Amino acid sequence: MEEINALMQGFAVALSPLNLLLMFVGVVLGIIIGVLPGLGGANGVAILLPLTFSMAQQPGGTTSAIILLSCIYWGALFGGAITSILFNIPGEPWSVATTFDGHPLAQKGRAGSALTAAFTSSFIGALIAVIMITFLSPVVAGFALQFGPPEFFAVYLLTFCAFVGMSGGNAAKTVASMMIGFALAAVGLDSVTGTLRLTFGFTSLLKGFDFLIAVIGLFGIGEILETLEEGLAFKGASAKINMKVVLETWKELPRYWATSLRSAAVGCFMGIVPGGATPASFMSYGLARRLSKDGNDFGSGVVEGVVAPETAAHAAGTSALLPMITLGVPGSPTAAVLLGGLLIWGLQPGPLLFVEKPDFVWGLIASMYLGNIAGLIVVLTCVPLFAAILRIPFSIIAPVIIVICAIGAYTVHNSMFDVYLMVVFGVIGYAFKKLGYPLAPMVLALVLGDRAEENFRNAIKGSQGDMLVFFSNGLVGGLTTLALLLLFWPLIRAGWRLVLGRGWRP
Amino acid sequence: MESEQQRSAASVRAVEIGVAVVIFLFGALVVFDSYRLGAKWGGDGPQAGYFPFYVGLLICASGATILVRALRNPAFAAQSFVTRDELKKILTVLVPTVVYVSVIAYLGFYVASTIYIAYFMWHLGKYPWIKIAPVSIGVSVAFFLIFEIWFSVPLPKGPLEAALGLN
Repeated sequence: MEEINALMQGFAVALSPLNLLLMFVGVVLGIIIGVLPGLGGANGVAILLPLTFSMAQQPGGTTSAIILLSCIYWGALFGGAITSILFNIPGEPWSVATTFDGHPLAQKGRAGSALTAAFTSSFIGALIAVIMITFLSPVVAGFALQFGPPEFFAVYLLTFCAFVGMSGGNAAKTVASMMIGFALAAVGLDSVTGTLRLTFGFTSLLKGFDFLIAVIGLFGIGEILETLEEGLAFKGASAKINMKVVLETWKELPRYWATSLRSAAVGCFMGIVPGGATPASFMSYGLARRLSKDGNDFGSGVVEGVVAPETAAHAAGTSALLPMITLGVPGSPTAAVLLGGLLIWGLQPGPLLFVEKPDFVWGLIASMYLGNIAGLIVVLTCVPLFAAILRIPFSIIAPVIIVICAIGAYTVHNSMFDVYLMVVFGVIGYAFKKLGYPLAPMVLALVLGDRAEENFRNAIKGSQGDMLVFFSNGLVGGLTTLALLLLFWPLIRAGWRLVLGRGWRP
Repeated sequence: MESEQQRSAASVRAVEIGVAVVIFLFGALVVFDSYRLGAKWGGDGPQAGYFPFYVGLLICASGATILVRALRNPAFAAQSFVTRDELKKILTVLVPTVVYVSVIAYLGFYVASTIYIAYFMWHLGKYPWIKIAPVSIGVSVAFFLIFEIWFSVPLPKGPLEAALGLN
């Protein structure tokens, strides 16, 4: 039970008064970020990341910094449920399925039950995912210690192929978004050959594009522009929540244990795959509707319809950190921003982290347990306060959010050029969102571009340019094959239908 | 009959085609520059343009695919990407935002932000000045306290801060 020992040491780190305080601050900030339009987990963490630069310099500071930022992430996940249920506005894509039954419940006057069910199932989903991370991540990291450049490139390939294969009908748009990310990551000084790439003589491009700026622009400014179209007023149900409602809902919840467990399993599995939280929430909502005996009432406001997507989304959002800490491959845009944070603080995410910085890794894992407990307490007690934030008129909150985004973009490198870039990324984000280009692949490619390229170069350098290096042994060959299978998954499935005689329908 | 406000300012097809062409040109730019740097196998490893060259080719290919699909899908022409009313709303936010970020360098973050928030409240919210002044100034003072004093992250400052001796 080596993990338990390591986890206990992690708790010792996470339970220091400073870290506990940061946990609550992070959760509260995260909920506010999750509730506000234009701010979500990814850009919220990106804006606050520069504020941790000085914190991370102190001894043990990186652990405090990651606790603060990851708790913002948990808070944002909780906050998404508040807007979905009370205002029918999904704060994040994976909260969309929560609106199906959550908002009808609120309209029926059962907002308190809906919120309690959402928060509790979020908590349970996260808890199951953290338990999985506790026991699985040392195994995955140990396994990944044998990885060389070809294997790491194959893992990146797998990540990106999964995006394309799972993107539904929009494979070309996913590829476009992803490859633009890779191209932007390549801009600037090439560290291997020392040549300038894609700068075209502009000195401001020497440093390249920082993904934090892209995240703040794409998700922040882009989302504000999108919200504007839909009208400026938020009409919401009132949020009354008291102990009686909480206890009554808690008495009802054990009935849905099967739905909870199933959704958590779907979430944990899908969360490891990048971009998995959104499909996981829809999938478990669909499964619950099909398998529940009250399936026909789904959509009219049943508690089980809130339990299913919330458990899955939170489980997926949490398990997205498993590949991030063990392999250095983030499973979601927010995990990508956290990974970028590790790199900025001078930590190398990946299997060696478990060997070299056990305090950091286990402190982070312990803080996932504690952060979610803190989150549950905060949301259950303070919902009306957070809901009141959304009643601030848009004409005040929108400029304040844009000012916050501008400050966040400026503080990354103390550069005004980044603020201009942020606005450009905002317009791109707005157009891309409306045309159905996914933004997550672009962000992940921007974060991972340099590392993917470096591993690719080292791999083919070792093999003297022979591409068969990616099939040179069972491990890397298996990863590459799996990547290709995922890439062509829609075609394979369509072909399978044809074989079964059901007609070609890709 | 559609009202003037509901009229489409641009169809999905037009925007889809425009974006696809821009993506294709961007990909071509990447391919061109990577080719210039050398996209082949060097003496001891791949040249600097090797990886971006193929990235650029994939951008071109995906842009071309999106373009062909948009051209062949007649339904896109009927769909509205943005109505005149929506476009107007977006421009009322986007134009002040562009002005805001471009004057930061001259006025400093805090003064520019105060004016920006005040403009929004006045133009979109139709608030009286008695409410605008405390909110816009209060927010900027709060940001000043948070960033300059609490986190000691200096933001660009302008003539007002210089006059007040806050640099």
